Amino acid sequence: MAQNALLEIKDLMTHFHLQEGIVRAVDGVSFEIRRGRTLGIIGESGCGKSVTAHSILRLVPSPPGNIVNGQILLRRGDNASDQKPVDLARLDPRGGEIRSIRGAEISMVFQEPMTSFGPMHTIGNQIMESILLHQSHVAASDARELAIENLRRVGIPRAEQIVDAYPHQLSGGMRQRAMIAMALSCSPRLLIADEPTTALDVTIQAQILELLTALQEEFGMAVMFITHNLGVIAEVADEVAVMYLGRIVEQSDVNELFDNPQHPYTQGLLNSIPHIDEEKLPRLRAIEGVVPDPYEIPGGCAFSDRCPSFMPGTCDRAMPGLAETSPGHRVRCYLHSDVEDELTEVTDGR
Amino acid sequence: MAVENNLLLEVNDLKMYFPIQKGLMKRTTGYVKAVDGVSLSIKKGETLGLVGESGCGKTTTGRCIVRVYRPTDGEIIFHIDGEEVHLNRLERQELKAFRRNMQMIFQDPFSSLNPRMTVLELVGEPLLAHGIARGQELEDRVAEMVNAVGLRVEHLPRYPHSFSGGQRQRIGIARALVQRPKLVVCDEPVSALDVSVQSQVVNLLQDLQSELDLTYLFVAHDMSVVRQVSNRIAVMYVGKLVEVAESEELLRNPRHPYSETLLSAVPRPNPHHAMQRLSLEGEPADPANAPPGCVFHPRCRYMEDICQTEVPALNELSPGHHVACHFADQLQLQGIDSASPSGS
Repeated sequence: MAQNALLEIKDLMTHFHLQEGIVRAVDGVSFEIRRGRTLGIIGESGCGKSVTAHSILRLVPSPPGNIVNGQILLRRGDNASDQKPVDLARLDPRGGEIRSIRGAEISMVFQEPMTSFGPMHTIGNQIMESILLHQSHVAASDARELAIENLRRVGIPRAEQIVDAYPHQLSGGMRQRAMIAMALSCSPRLLIADEPTTALDVTIQAQILELLTALQEEFGMAVMFITHNLGVIAEVADEVAVMYLGRIVEQSDVNELFDNPQHPYTQGLLNSIPHIDEEKLPRLRAIEGVVPDPYEIPGGCAFSDRCPSFMPGTCDRAMPGLAETSPGHRVRCYLHSDVEDELTEVTDGR
Repeated sequence: MAVENNLLLEVNDLKMYFPIQKGLMKRTTGYVKAVDGVSLSIKKGETLGLVGESGCGKTTTGRCIVRVYRPTDGEIIFHIDGEEVHLNRLERQELKAFRRNMQMIFQDPFSSLNPRMTVLELVGEPLLAHGIARGQELEDRVAEMVNAVGLRVEHLPRYPHSFSGGQRQRIGIARALVQRPKLVVCDEPVSALDVSVQSQVVNLLQDLQSELDLTYLFVAHDMSVVRQVSNRIAVMYVGKLVEVAESEELLRNPRHPYSETLLSAVPRPNPHHAMQRLSLEGEPADPANAPPGCVFHPRCRYMEDICQTEVPALNELSPGHHVACHFADQLQLQGIDSASPSGS
């Protein structure tokens, strides 16, 4: 584990065992998140981005879901670079250790703030619950003040009144702010934001993105930002991982990814969206086909059936590995690696 | 608004107020003014984009035009075969007969299709309902339409659950277009779809428009998608139009402060993008209790005294460019800059 890494995931596989078969929602994902940095995860529905996040917090419902392989290493404590990291994948999902991590060291902001707040309790009570649970030194009488302070920090006006409001009394943008206030109430070192602005209007989205960036600078937390919006990722991320059908297909720092995308899927995504700052095209350059059904993933490279650079006899033989094409830039594609290497590895493995 | 020959639709001073009812006796205590005096026109074969944030009344406007709602006030005039049909005055039977000329494509392909009907039934239903075709002719027309939207004849006996979101949206499009309408109101037709599928559906809608000679009212919140499909764009805020112009003109040279902010808020897929983001304080006004004067004034960075008391009219500032702002001719506003793409 690198010196400044806060979380490192190694070859994570989360599978769902359903009646129809096994869904390999996350199938061999590795990445690390460094302190104070933002990792953006981008992908379409079914690519495994949310399951990856839920696996970290051990929120994957079991059955049917199981982490069948891999490690999720978290470095706990403040000055603990010498301390042995905890493997979250081995913890009991209902046990005390993961519960002391959830909400305290790693917290999460969800897409739909209405479903993540309980409707029966005031915003303030829900924030206070989290504070009292994780910060034993805070007295119950002070928790309310802290909750108000947290709401004020995320830009909620009249925080001393809003603290007693129920979730349904707030607008979408305000609820999302309150959600962030709750997530940040225990100063986590890692914030997982799963499509936090997708349900919001663009002007409110802009406010929330600015708020997250400002709070990250202030508290130095790391952020794992999950979205399908390339514009949002370009704005918030330091590093980006592009996922397709349970695997990372390309990973690099954000400038390199947008300037020099190498995987045909990444190129396709970037080409397919309308760019408001460029000349209007007569037609959008769409990616052919649809994301395949999880039970009908093509053999070889999972993107091969939609890929414009498909090479018969190569791409359909084995799943390409992640090859480093320049320092820090990894691509899973035979345009950048050799299929024979993968085939020998498979044979050696047996 | 002058009546021109190539106009398909004219909307004059459209109002849609929903009563707020309270108590046991359902007394009306106020009105949500979802649409409050909207005037617009759409030419034959063009696409008018209608943008705005949630709750601004853009969907309600679309629904009034196809008469899902009976508007509180205002005129909706449909020009067809040299005649003027006043949609707002049509009664039930006449309206039903006229419906084949105007159709709607919905946002959510999961809830807008009856799960108990096959593709053949779904797409064929409008033809049956209007008595346009039946039997073999119906099947032929459905098959033709299904091919046109990129599905296959083998799909006809299947139910919606066996299709992906993008394919379901294609079914919804086929169902709307099978009776060859003149006007189609597309209500956020791509916003529920995956990124790679969005562009396919946008392309499909554009292809079908030229093939079938359609006119679109394209209601959406995503400025980059709206620009891609629209000839003209109308920007709506809390029940009122604040700006209408040719789409490139509106994007490059916005004249209303709200349009300017909306454009600057679009996240750019370019990490080097360095444009100053104009942040918008607060939230949209409540359409049940709109502020006096200009509805945008509580959030406007250029607000002056007059904005708090007088409602600005939608004036034509330059040919085809209408703006509702007291200071439209004085403000220097920032639009998109596609002449010099910002590089590293």
